[in-house]
Amino acid sequence: MNPDIAGREFPPAAPYLVGREKVREFARAVFSDNPINHDPEAAIAAGYTDIVAPPTFPIVVQERTLAQLLAEPDAGIDFTRVVHGDQRFTYTRPIVAGDELTARLTVTNVKSLGGHSMVTSESTIVDAAGKHVVTATSTLVVRGDE
Amino acid sequence: MSELTVGDIVAERDFHLTRDSLVRYAGASGDFNPIHYRDDVATSVGLPGVLAHGMLTMGIAAQPVIDWLGDPARVVDYQVRFTRPVLVDATDGALVRVVAKVGAVDEDSARIDLTVTFEDETVLGKAQLRIRA
Repeated sequence: MNPDIAGREFPPAAPYLVGREKVREFARAVFSDNPINHDPEAAIAAGYTDIVAPPTFPIVVQERTLAQLLAEPDAGIDFTRVVHGDQRFTYTRPIVAGDELTARLTVTNVKSLGGHSMVTSESTIVDAAGKHVVTATSTLVVRGDE
Repeated sequence: MSELTVGDIVAERDFHLTRDSLVRYAGASGDFNPIHYRDDVATSVGLPGVLAHGMLTMGIAAQPVIDWLGDPARVVDYQVRFTRPVLVDATDGALVRVVAKVGAVDEDSARIDLTVTFEDETVLGKAQLRIRA
């Protein structure tokens, strides 16, 4: 892949409106039966405006920016050879239903290791007021020819 | 966070993943890579069979900690490295065990280390949540 994409900033992805049923669906998929993820009354009692998304939900919003990276014509990333190496979320606050989130990706590092390439990117996710919610950092490993 | 002691187990839980779990996660997350539901595709790219999504494993692994904490806003950082795949058998599924221990403590925060195992081998490396008081 192309090492020159290190440092590249992508335009913000289209805003993502967090739906209540989507949060519930995602919560069920990660085996959460915690009322804060399902029951608005429980979430409001805990001080939130609506049900709270599980901690890995930002991947759904980040995914739109990773799609931009994989589709970048001069990046040279073969999607069929991509493996997820590591993942990190750094939170200012949890995502709640009703949030309108916008994610913007920056490529922070590209390196080669034993025929494989590793690309690390940071997607900064902000709410409708422009305030930081969470930063999602991924390293994708692009396997070389074997 | 003086009530916590390094080495204490704060939460543990076993998760039984089945092919149904993978299809459900694919739909919920939008990750429709067929290696997570089609044996023929998985084996054609050199895998031993259908694997769980790494992000599904990361997702379930945090759950016991969130339930112990009560308030998800106390999690300020969560990271994992994907080191070994979780093979999900079509009939028997896969049993994933999560143990969460206190890794480090200071005045206003703590690090919780997750040990996530499948068939007695760890599948996530450096799996850590940073929590605040």
